[in-house]
Amino acid sequence: MCSNKEQPNRDKRTILGVRESFDEVQEMVIQLMEEAKYTDHDLFSVRVAFEEALANALLHGHLGDEEAEIEVLWCVTKEQVEIQVIDQGRGYDPEAIPDPTATENLTLPSGRGLAMIRAFMSEVSLNERGNHVTMIRHKEN
Amino acid sequence: MAENSLLQIFERDGITNVEFVESNILDEVCIRRIGDELTAVIDRKGCPKIVLNFQNVNALSSSALGMLITVNAKIGDKKGKLALASLEGPIRDVFRITKLDKAFTLCDSLADAMSSMR
Repeated sequence: MCSNKEQPNRDKRTILGVRESFDEVQEMVIQLMEEAKYTDHDLFSVRVAFEEALANALLHGHLGDEEAEIEVLWCVTKEQVEIQVIDQGRGYDPEAIPDPTATENLTLPSGRGLAMIRAFMSEVSLNERGNHVTMIRHKEN
Repeated sequence: MAENSLLQIFERDGITNVEFVESNILDEVCIRRIGDELTAVIDRKGCPKIVLNFQNVNALSSSALGMLITVNAKIGDKKGKLALASLEGPIRDVFRITKLDKAFTLCDSLADAMSSMR
């Protein structure tokens, strides 16, 4: 991951599915982005997408089991942020989720997480199993 | 405001004006509590007219959107009205991207939202 350039800040953590751990890894990434002078819009976008990926891992991957471990990897360069979130669940097929932006689905209370990740990040990919999301946001000029 | 409430609630001209205490509405437990507090407000009203002011909000998750959809439906069941105020920049983008700007009354300012209730 994040193969390029100038002393990238990369790290990884294995965390439990609890608020304190989510906040901890998010703040580490946000701090690196602030040091690299990312825009407020970049910070907002990554914070929202990161939260959605962690919530998906906990709620869908681990069915709410806070004791199940989530692996989180990140790399922040001056050009982009890359984050990977890997859960131990059985994964899911994103194509099976109804399009939350379709008029008939606007009143559904769930199913928007992946759509928000895709909207706020520049590149998003899921492995075949569906338990490992990789997301990249390119720095705004 | 009740102790440990996540909302500040003001009544004015028959309209309930609600502000969020937390700036990041991301945490599942926090979102559930906000939903419960709003449901309690709705349950107390015959025909709820509620303005949710997002002035203090910096981040919003899809779970928070789900909670707002549920709240909107409960208000609709009682023939009430809900408006979302002070939606600017990236917070408004969340509603635009998810196309929920079609499902809610979104207002730039609190004044606009109050006017939409009349």
